[in-house]
Amino acid sequence: MIEALSYEFIQNALIAGILVSFISGIIGSLIVANRMVFLVGGVAHAAYGGIGLALFTGIPLFLGTSLFAVLAALFMAYITIKERDKTDIFIGLIWAVGMAIGIILVDLTPGYNVDLMSYLFGSILAVDHEDLYFMAALFVLILFVLAFWYKDILAVSYDSEYAAIRGINVKLFFTIILILSALSVVVAIKVVGLILVIALLTIPIYIAQYLCSTLYSMMFVSGFVATLFTLVGLWLSYTYDLTSGACIILVAALSLLFFMLWQKRS
Amino acid sequence: MGSGPKILSQWHKLLQNNNDNPTIIDIKHLSYAIKKEEILKDINLEVKQKDFLVIIGPNGGGKSTLLKLILGIYPSKSGTISIHYADATNKLDIIGYVPQNTNINLNFPIKVIEVVMMGFASKKTFFGYAKEDLDLANKLLEQVGMQKYAHQKIGSLSGGQRQRVMIARALFAHPKILILDEPTSSIDVEGQAKIYDLLQELNKEITIIVVSHDLSVILNYATKVAHINKKLSFHDMSSFESSFDTQKEHICEVELLEMLGKIK
Ligand SMILES: Nc1ncnc2c1ncn2[C@@H]1O[C@H](COP(=O)(O)OP(=O)(O)OP(=O)(O)O)[C@@H](O)[C@H]1O
Ligand SMILES: [Mg+2]
Repeated sequence: MIEALSYEFIQNALIAGILVSFISGIIGSLIVANRMVFLVGGVAHAAYGGIGLALFTGIPLFLGTSLFAVLAALFMAYITIKERDKTDIFIGLIWAVGMAIGIILVDLTPGYNVDLMSYLFGSILAVDHEDLYFMAALFVLILFVLAFWYKDILAVSYDSEYAAIRGINVKLFFTIILILSALSVVVAIKVVGLILVIALLTIPIYIAQYLCSTLYSMMFVSGFVATLFTLVGLWLSYTYDLTSGACIILVAALSLLFFMLWQKRS
Repeated sequence: MGSGPKILSQWHKLLQNNNDNPTIIDIKHLSYAIKKEEILKDINLEVKQKDFLVIIGPNGGGKSTLLKLILGIYPSKSGTISIHYADATNKLDIIGYVPQNTNINLNFPIKVIEVVMMGFASKKTFFGYAKEDLDLANKLLEQVGMQKYAHQKIGSLSGGQRQRVMIARALFAHPKILILDEPTSSIDVEGQAKIYDLLQELNKEITIIVVSHDLSVILNYATKVAHINKKLSFHDMSSFESSFDTQKEHICEVELLEMLGKIK
């Protein structure tokens, strides 16, 4: 096991796993607190359109998915602000339409057959330096936004009506939360896949919810719990030669089960 | 010709009076409809700086709607609402608000004291809160009898306890106008008296507008009463005084207004 750490791709995978875990813990806490899990699920699926676009046009994959995810997030921010009662319908719409566009664009791309599995379960062992820079930059951006506007984001998330009365720009902060969520989804898809995004954004937060009474402690604890899941999952994946994304999901789900049983007993 | 100076002095007195108690909210010909359904019709209301205005009226009469129009939560489409306050850059900065519904987001990870300090800070800090803000929040929590719960999750409180916290939150931003929508509907009798006494104390400096179905609030604290049922009728309590027998508890609002000669 120790000798594995000397391989560069393992080192990259570990760094990426830790970065994405903390990003997911922080952003996942915001998403759960704002009750936007379904919305972000829609954005994550819509991002597949960006994968199709990237393959079809030859632009970098990150750029294509970021573009699609951020556009989907902006669209959903607009809908949520303008037509609150219709958000569910539009989430379903971007969810399906984004994927359909992606599939058609992949069909139209000659000679190249994208591996849908790596989109669903990620390819953490194929993370390169560029990916790491992108993740680190996003992590720094998130910390920066929180350092400056944590209290505003807290107010908007807990009680947007009162936040507006106190002069906080609710629409702006809501849009910022959605854009950061979209970018987080993009890095997480690359590393751990679409299915795990939703799991990583919710399971650690579900556990942290019981342990924390403030948003920032929930962000930190979720990030820590997510990191634990990712590292254990990666170790299992390496030792038994299994798909890494699926290993991480199962570790997270089993931990949640044990946590709930332990909760019941105490 | 001797009446000249008298008129002048009367006029002067009137002016002084007005300077003493200037109009702070002026609503003219305000109507509001949701999906063609008329909810408020031609509301005219002038609130003075030292008023303790109690708004009464039946369920669905439009009380909360009027407050939300004043607060800008709902956009006003016909009529005008002007708020006059000398050094207010953003007119909402001077308003404190306690919503009728305090059951929002009960699973949210936020402590009572964070709720109190929400959306207002005396100075900008990273992550944490300034000491003077924490002190003020603790003092306000003490005033509403909630200091013991400062570090509990908001969702773990009872309905009445949460209302107390929301009152502290409204006071935290140093408002010049305090708008409260049935703020004590789930608070016990003792707590209510304490809170209304606090409001009366505050009323020496700031304007209070409160929706309440509670007769004793009207009789003991109000300087003006507005009855809203789509339309607004109004009474100044200064001419009413305390000639009224408060022991007779079963008198309802409408009877009261009949006595005030405002409803036929
Ligand atoms: N979002 C909405 N959509 C449609 N109608 C609404 C909406 N909000 C309020 N109304 C209607 O507006 C009217 C006034 O409601 P409002 O909440 O202002 O009454 P209220 O006087 O505060 O009543 P209560 O004493 O029950 O608090 C009601 O008839 C209600 O049905
Ligand atoms: Mg109401």
